[in-house]
Amino acid sequence: MTDSSPPRSGFWPLIKIIPIQTSFRLMRFAAPIALVSLVLCVLSVGLTAFPFKPPCGGLNCGVDFRGGTVLELSTAPRQVDLAAIRSALGKEGVGDIQVQGLGGTTDALVSFETPEGVNAAEGVETIKRALVKALGPTKFTKTEVVGPKVSGELFSKGLLALVLGITMMMTYIWFRFGRSFGVGAAVALLHDVVLTFGLFALTDLEFTLTAVAAILTIIGYSVNDTVVILDRVRENLRKYKRMPMNELLDLSINETFSRTIMTGVTGIMALTGLAVFGGEALFGFSVAMIFGIVVGTFSSFFIAAPMLMWLGVKRGEEEIEVTVLGPASRA
Amino acid sequence: MMTVSRWKIIAVVAAVLLSLLFAMPNVLPAPVRDGLPGWLPRKTLNLGLDLQGGSYLLLEVETDALRRERVTNLVEDVRKSLRDANIEFSGLGVVGDGVSVRITDGARLALAQAEMGKLAAPTKTGTPDLVVSRQSNQTLRAAYTDQAIREVSTNAVEQSIGIITRRVDELGTREPSISRQGENRIVVQAAGESDPEKLKKVIGQTAKLTFQMVDTTVPLGEAMQGRVPPGSEVLPSTDAYSPAYLVRKRAEVSGEMLVDARQETDPQTGQVVVSFRFNGEGARRFGAVTSRNVGKPFAIVLDGKVISAPNIINPITGGSGQITGNFNIQSANELAILLRAGALPAPLKVEEQRTVSAGLGADAVAAGQISTMIAFVSVLVFMVISYGLLFGGVSVAALLVNGLMIVAAMSMTQATLTLPGIAGLILTLAVAVDANVLIYERMRDEVRAGRTPLAAADAGFSRAMITIFDANITHLGASIIMFSLGAGPVKGFAWTLAIGVFTSVFSAVLVTQVLLAFWFRVARPKKLPIT
Repeated sequence: MTDSSPPRSGFWPLIKIIPIQTSFRLMRFAAPIALVSLVLCVLSVGLTAFPFKPPCGGLNCGVDFRGGTVLELSTAPRQVDLAAIRSALGKEGVGDIQVQGLGGTTDALVSFETPEGVNAAEGVETIKRALVKALGPTKFTKTEVVGPKVSGELFSKGLLALVLGITMMMTYIWFRFGRSFGVGAAVALLHDVVLTFGLFALTDLEFTLTAVAAILTIIGYSVNDTVVILDRVRENLRKYKRMPMNELLDLSINETFSRTIMTGVTGIMALTGLAVFGGEALFGFSVAMIFGIVVGTFSSFFIAAPMLMWLGVKRGEEEIEVTVLGPASRA
Repeated sequence: MMTVSRWKIIAVVAAVLLSLLFAMPNVLPAPVRDGLPGWLPRKTLNLGLDLQGGSYLLLEVETDALRRERVTNLVEDVRKSLRDANIEFSGLGVVGDGVSVRITDGARLALAQAEMGKLAAPTKTGTPDLVVSRQSNQTLRAAYTDQAIREVSTNAVEQSIGIITRRVDELGTREPSISRQGENRIVVQAAGESDPEKLKKVIGQTAKLTFQMVDTTVPLGEAMQGRVPPGSEVLPSTDAYSPAYLVRKRAEVSGEMLVDARQETDPQTGQVVVSFRFNGEGARRFGAVTSRNVGKPFAIVLDGKVISAPNIINPITGGSGQITGNFNIQSANELAILLRAGALPAPLKVEEQRTVSAGLGADAVAAGQISTMIAFVSVLVFMVISYGLLFGGVSVAALLVNGLMIVAAMSMTQATLTLPGIAGLILTLAVAVDANVLIYERMRDEVRAGRTPLAAADAGFSRAMITIFDANITHLGASIIMFSLGAGPVKGFAWTLAIGVFTSVFSAVLVTQVLLAFWFRVARPKKLPIT
């Protein structure tokens, strides 16, 4: 070891004990795992859609998409009287009243829907006055009112953003790597998005605009992860022209394995800090992101890669052709 | 060879120095910042309303109501023009979004059409705003063109923005931001501990003021039972004397003719009043009306409600007067503000409101700072543990430059940093090391393939570049979509993410390369410490 850097023990830097190339035989389990994934996806779709009530189904939609009013109030230093809030709201004739305590005993989160025909933003001041009457001096720390028109638009825009996001990623990979790669990445992507929806439905995490942002970021991350592996697959396809596809995929995954783990771990570490210390506004976002990183990594291994095996990749004699199969040429 | 061209070194040094310069105002206390010479940047991070507290209001100008009103007025115009031309007609009324009328004498149809056509006014492009067409059964139909309707709506929205700006300014709101969104929407953002209720009240009121004569030919009680004389109407009242008044529909003088309005206290009665002054035409008209009607009551009508109905004691020819009503100092002051700023051309509706108290915003900033620090430190520690002091340290340096560049870019562009934006920042920092990891792992591959450290490092960089490009373009794509489709806070997140993509690639690739090249030149290693 004629190294100029200072001498160090055998375990540091840690990367030395991670083999440069692992030798997991992941493709052997690809088929059964894909089956499990498929079942999970179907379950997620079911959870998200059921009970088929528009617009949110099984998701716990926030005020962004559902419309309505959310108030955060504090009667500090006195205890907040949740029952008094409920009865005061009941008298105001608003619907779908939800009241819950919030961090400690002096704060509360209140949400309700203003009946049709009343402008919610104008009505909220009357309701605030009624609450002050019922509770005594109250500070309203947060007021969110979203009218039905705006919530409908936010919903359709969010949906459009997701569809556009997936389409754009798929098109990019398709043009850059070829058809099988594009389809593989797209299926992996859909898998991640569907499972994340399932997570929101299962855990009742509030589904808001920020959640859509989280899912879009997951899409970005998942594709990022997939691209790194596919990049290596493409390179190895050129290098090893006779290697069976399943071995080649295993090789590519193993060659990039330490990078996948390193990046995943730093991402999860940072997001865990955010989930714990970022306050409840970002809790759902962080949890969704952590879940997305795990699922995104998983789907790169077990969905995007084996899809190449199942769909087949054109392997030229000289060099792999980066076939650009636009939609037009596939009529 | 692991040599870097001179321009790369210059680029890195310049970027770091510039970033330091632009990020610096954020750590200076306000008095020092204000004392900086003018050529130095002094902009700090522009915190969103969710971080500094404040109100966001999305207003919709009800251009449909405006359109309906114009069509209703058109009925009266058509009636007048046909009568003036002595043309007999029947069935005059609103049909769909136009006015339809049947001309009794078929021979005068063309004349009627021409007369009605005279009601048209040119639009901006010179085409008439009104089209009169012949229907079956001697019926004529007059309707505004799509272009005219659009023009009127656009004008209404622009006027509304001007009026809202004046009103909000008069309230003394600190740095309000008022902008148009889409076809007929207006976004009002007011930072700090502003009172959203007052804001909504001042913004949302149409404030259409008219002076109308009270109709005394029929007692109010009878009128309220439905015997309303033609040309009059019953309006509700807010004064203490009567629940409603029967008033003439015709507005003698209206609020547009006001040049000033103030809240005052009447020295004789001690009552709170709003005093006003008319412009020349208003003063002339008001003088004429009051001279003709001494001893009779007239009604001051605000947004369809009578706020007071005093008797005319003397002709008021000086062009100024005062409104007494059921006022306290605050409500009189608000009315004065509204009258000074003028009436909205169309009703406004608040479609969305998001208000965060300054305290909650400060909590969010604190939470954001803590989690950013924790994320930063844990990534740093993890990188040093994983890749050692040298390679880990180099990526830490790249990360620090990255963070600095993001803060500088956000301050410079004055992009809004929102709470989700902080999350975007943290995520960027975490994923930024991805480029470093890709490069390092590639180097390890190349060493394993039998290359010398130097060749491995070189190959590592050039080969990893392709992957880094592919991987980051996906993040950029996602953030562009979020930016173009997302609402407020999500836009902030997308912007942070997009800035982060550029700074990450720059710092991970160039900063790392320059630092490692320096190390190679100095240490001439025979083995990479990460293998």
